Amino acid sequence: MKLTLRVWRQRGADAPGHMASYEVDGISEDMSFLEMLDTLNEDLILRGEDPVAFDHDCREGICGACSLVINGDAHGPERTTTCQLHMRSFADGDTIDVEPWRAAAFPVVKDLVVDRGAFDRIIQAGGYITAPTGSAPEAHATAVPKADADFAFEHAECIGCGACVAACPNGSAMLFTSAKVNHLNVLPQGSPERETRVLDMVARMDEEGFGGCTLTGECATACPKGIPLPSIAAMNKEWLRAVRKGPR
Amino acid sequence: MALATRTRTSAPSHGPHGPQGSRSPSFWRSTIGKKTVMAVSGLIMLGYLVVHMLGNLKIFFGADEFNGYAHWLRTLGSPFLHYEWALWLVRVLLLAAVVAHAVSAYQLSRLDIKARPVKYVHKRRRASYATRTMRWGGIILGLFIVWHLLDLTTLTVNERAWAGHPYENVLATFSTWYGNTIYIVAMAALGLHVRHGFWSAAQTLGAGSARRERTLKAFANGLAVVLFAGFVSVPVAVMTGMVN
Ligand code: HEM
Ligand code: SF4
Ligand code: FES
Repeated sequence: MKLTLRVWRQRGADAPGHMASYEVDGISEDMSFLEMLDTLNEDLILRGEDPVAFDHDCREGICGACSLVINGDAHGPERTTTCQLHMRSFADGDTIDVEPWRAAAFPVVKDLVVDRGAFDRIIQAGGYITAPTGSAPEAHATAVPKADADFAFEHAECIGCGACVAACPNGSAMLFTSAKVNHLNVLPQGSPERETRVLDMVARMDEEGFGGCTLTGECATACPKGIPLPSIAAMNKEWLRAVRKGPR
Repeated sequence: MALATRTRTSAPSHGPHGPQGSRSPSFWRSTIGKKTVMAVSGLIMLGYLVVHMLGNLKIFFGADEFNGYAHWLRTLGSPFLHYEWALWLVRVLLLAAVVAHAVSAYQLSRLDIKARPVKYVHKRRRASYATRTMRWGGIILGLFIVWHLLDLTTLTVNERAWAGHPYENVLATFSTWYGNTIYIVAMAALGLHVRHGFWSAAQTLGAGSARRERTLKAFANGLAVVLFAGFVSVPVAVMTGMVN
């Protein structure tokens, strides 16, 4: 395959950026999107140019590092992570636009790399759970209803990639925060901090400069892990409950 | 808890609320709090609109019934309440709702726009029409409310105003082309606003869940259609001469 790429280039956080055009040739349909970018970068290095900076780590869809907006879609046209997106989703001769996540709370570091430290600080604000760590606990000691376990697991799938923020017209982190809050709040192990967790995480989310939720639904459409939109309603319910009860 | 594996831990120095110790700020400072104010005030207005729409339909039963109903509104609660007290109570509540709704909408919109300062170069269509038009639709509704009050409550801009005769005043409004146009455009905006708004309010107040998703959406759509049809039936009836 032969492709034209238009890639956001920006030398540093405060430097101005622009879309730069590149031609890449010899792309196989079985390559991942990141391997296609590797091919471009090898080319750029050979030509003595600065390679395109982008985030990646596991390349198997579990770490949440990869983060590209491809033709206006966070993680591209398929519902998966950028590293799991394959070039067969594109056609020979296509022009593909590649941009970084855009949100005030995710400033660009370089090219396609953004700083997602705000997510870490939301998680930190949630604090810890008072369950003992160390050796694995006896599985029957704390009974968890099946429905709750499923609900918790569904939300534990969030890999913190930030596609939800990138896709949201308000740069809102409600889907991510709801995944984290719901995951722990539904479990008995997370219940001693149930109120403070949701209050502190939401407060931190607001302080980081993420926007509010307008129930647009773009986040859930972009999420590679299928965190559903009603998760936000579930977090709102937790938040309103915690406000009524007051932090313990 | 699995006691066998429990080890005594000393609490970390920053306490259980993370190193920032951010603690929840006031209800109103939170985006979820503002959104809750928007949802509750929106639902108050929505409840009023359903009643208002049903009241308007009395116009199909003639001038006496309609004007009698308008008079009854003023004597509502009597002899306990003085003339027009009940009406003024409702007006004060609605004014509070409109102000709370508009202020939270304005503040949240500013936060939202600030949170996404750089647009994507590659544009694509996002969200449904009703969702994308909430802000402009809201502004249209706000302007409409002002015009509507000047037209049929204070009668300031009604050219053939006749105080105490609402039936005749409604006919006067809907016998002008601009009266009909303003009204019907505003009701279309209302339908769209309610379509996304009612469903949103349910999510904001935590009533949404995967199971109830379809019911809530269907109810929101139904409510939007009923409100639009109910309100618009009046100018249509006047225009076609069904009500004269
Ligand atoms: C003063 C004029 C109005 C303005 C400026 C306004 C503006 C807005 C805005 C910007 C939103 C948020 C949209 C979003 O989150 O995407 C909203 C939501 C809403 N509006 Fe209005 N609106 C107005 C009048 C009304 C009226 C007359 C009603 C009654 C039917 C209403 C009912 C609602 C409801 C139920 C919501 C949903 C609240 C939520 O998202 O939780 N609004 N409005
Ligand atoms: S909710 Fe989905 S899109 Fe958002 S950070 Fe988690 S995995 Fe990524
Ligand atoms: S690189 Fe780990 S999820 Fe894509």
